[in-house]
Amino acid sequence: MDREYKRMLKKFFRNPSGLFGFALLVFFVLVALFAPFIAPPQPSNKHEPYMMPIVTWSSEPQPPSKEHPFGVCGRRDIFYGVVWGTRTAFRIGLTVTAISTLIGLFIGSISAYYGGWIDEILMRITDIFLAVPFLIAAIVLTTLLGTGLDKVMIAMITFGWMGTARLIRGNILQAKEEQYVLAAKAIGVSMPGIIVKHLLPNTIFPVVIQASMRMGSLVITAAILSFLGLGAPQGYSDWGAILNYSRDWILGAQGEALKYWYTIVFPGTAMVLFVLAWNLVGDTLRDIFDPRLRI
Amino acid sequence: MTAYIVRRLLLLPLVLFGITLIVFSMLQMLGPDKLLSAYVNENLLDKLSPEKLEALKEKYGLNDRLIVRYIKWLKNLFRGDLGWSLVGKEPVLKAMLHRIPYTLELALYALFPVVGVGIWLGVKASIHHNEPIDHFIRVFAVVGWSFPDFVFGLFVLMIFYSLLGWFPPGNMSIWAEEIFSSPSFKHITHLPSIDALLNGRLDLFVDCLRHLAGPILTLSWLWWAYILRITRSSMLEVLRKDYVRTARAKGLDEKVVINKHAKRNAMIPVTTVAGAMVIGLMSGTVIVEAIFNRTGMGRFTAQAAQQLDFASLLGAVLFYSTILVIGNLIIDVLYAIIDPRIRLT
Repeated sequence: MDREYKRMLKKFFRNPSGLFGFALLVFFVLVALFAPFIAPPQPSNKHEPYMMPIVTWSSEPQPPSKEHPFGVCGRRDIFYGVVWGTRTAFRIGLTVTAISTLIGLFIGSISAYYGGWIDEILMRITDIFLAVPFLIAAIVLTTLLGTGLDKVMIAMITFGWMGTARLIRGNILQAKEEQYVLAAKAIGVSMPGIIVKHLLPNTIFPVVIQASMRMGSLVITAAILSFLGLGAPQGYSDWGAILNYSRDWILGAQGEALKYWYTIVFPGTAMVLFVLAWNLVGDTLRDIFDPRLRI
Repeated sequence: MTAYIVRRLLLLPLVLFGITLIVFSMLQMLGPDKLLSAYVNENLLDKLSPEKLEALKEKYGLNDRLIVRYIKWLKNLFRGDLGWSLVGKEPVLKAMLHRIPYTLELALYALFPVVGVGIWLGVKASIHHNEPIDHFIRVFAVVGWSFPDFVFGLFVLMIFYSLLGWFPPGNMSIWAEEIFSSPSFKHITHLPSIDALLNGRLDLFVDCLRHLAGPILTLSWLWWAYILRITRSSMLEVLRKDYVRTARAKGLDEKVVINKHAKRNAMIPVTTVAGAMVIGLMSGTVIVEAIFNRTGMGRFTAQAAQQLDFASLLGAVLFYSTILVIGNLIIDVLYAIIDPRIRLT
């Protein structure tokens, strides 16, 4: 097992796009960790550092300058929002992915191990949850719960576990007949013991890949909800919320169509790079695991 | 084959029933008073006496036990009574019927460029494997897939409308709207651009297309990347197969080998992702319509969420889920027709 992982790590870091994705990811982690040093909170927002500080009283966006390298939008410093927004993106992505993956693992492994009518019921429930498009389900549930970033996360978790459940169920069904599982059963290892100690470790890798590939799209969905005004409140350091504000300035001014370009370009680029990083890492892992789909 | 289709059709009502269960359970998160606003015009609600209110609660079964409530709700649903829409200022069903054609039009128009260009790019890349053009297309595939559609839509609006003035937002221009709503204009299909053609108004048709171009570009972009990478990897696999080598050895023209021997077989994995694509296109309309101000189901959903219009939201869930389930059914059947092996399982 150890040797296997080492071989995979080696393959991963030999792949240029995987390496690039990983480097980008490290960059974002560093930005998130050192946000208080890169963009120190002002006295006005010291107690709530996630709110972007108000730096001017004019509602018109101001182009990048020495004090505000990404410009000012909605009276607030875009650079500050983009830097602290990295933390928001990680928080949403990691929380939703981790919890929904755990729920999926739980349901999938129960379903596969017991089989029979338990499996039938759980899988039909999964089908029904899959029948509602993810974005629509997230929008509706967030609204019913009363909007806000935490509600967005709850909604995405509620409708985000099905893929993992199906994947792990299929894998366990395959592994169930393997010798080592039968052996464990024969020596009297309990059911939860078999699932946790034998089945999951041997079937978990595809789940990890799937999770890393979902990170990007989850962060996009959360940003869409903030963009529609259902997620983070205005002024919160969230890329989607910043873009929601820049939307009003998208048409530019008379004769200067691209006058307010910076209100979209900086938060937009941050999002694209963040998603790109996760997609590259996920793709590379998938390629190592399943070379058929290599691009 | 027939047995397969019949089996799938029999499962359909079951899934639809499950969807009503999900929608109903979500609805239960609101109290009876809030729920009432999902059924009755809110202006009316303030004027009603308490007894009248109770009577209404009774009518919609808001005081009953859960199971009774669910049955009453289902009955109303079957009668087409989805409640009162705040956003549309009319009953939800009516509001939806006004908006569905715009969304369908957008999705249908987007489908062709998405599939066509996606497959074309994928085939192109696979033929020129490891040449510069292949590298270029591959980079596009990865970057394109990482570009959130709402960010891309904002860029499209900024460049193609604000800077160049080519693709304006909205459904159509004001002058077109006037012709469209005039009594002499016949509404046959209710899809604006098609109706324009059927009425012999080429100028109207062009105007509709101009307004559709931005949304279509935004919707397509992401899926080009997706379809192209599936096509490319599946083509690369097929091109290595023996029968392709045989075809080439026979001295067949390379075009024939690619189009007749390789491409057809490579299309099978592409059809499997069509389901994901239909979901993606339908969800994409929410963002695209919100950005480009098109009065379709997507913007309706977004507005309903922003204005806490629960009745409209649930109508939207029912609409999108039904489209999704039926779309998946059609794709599965098509898949069974393309690939005979699948029918047996």
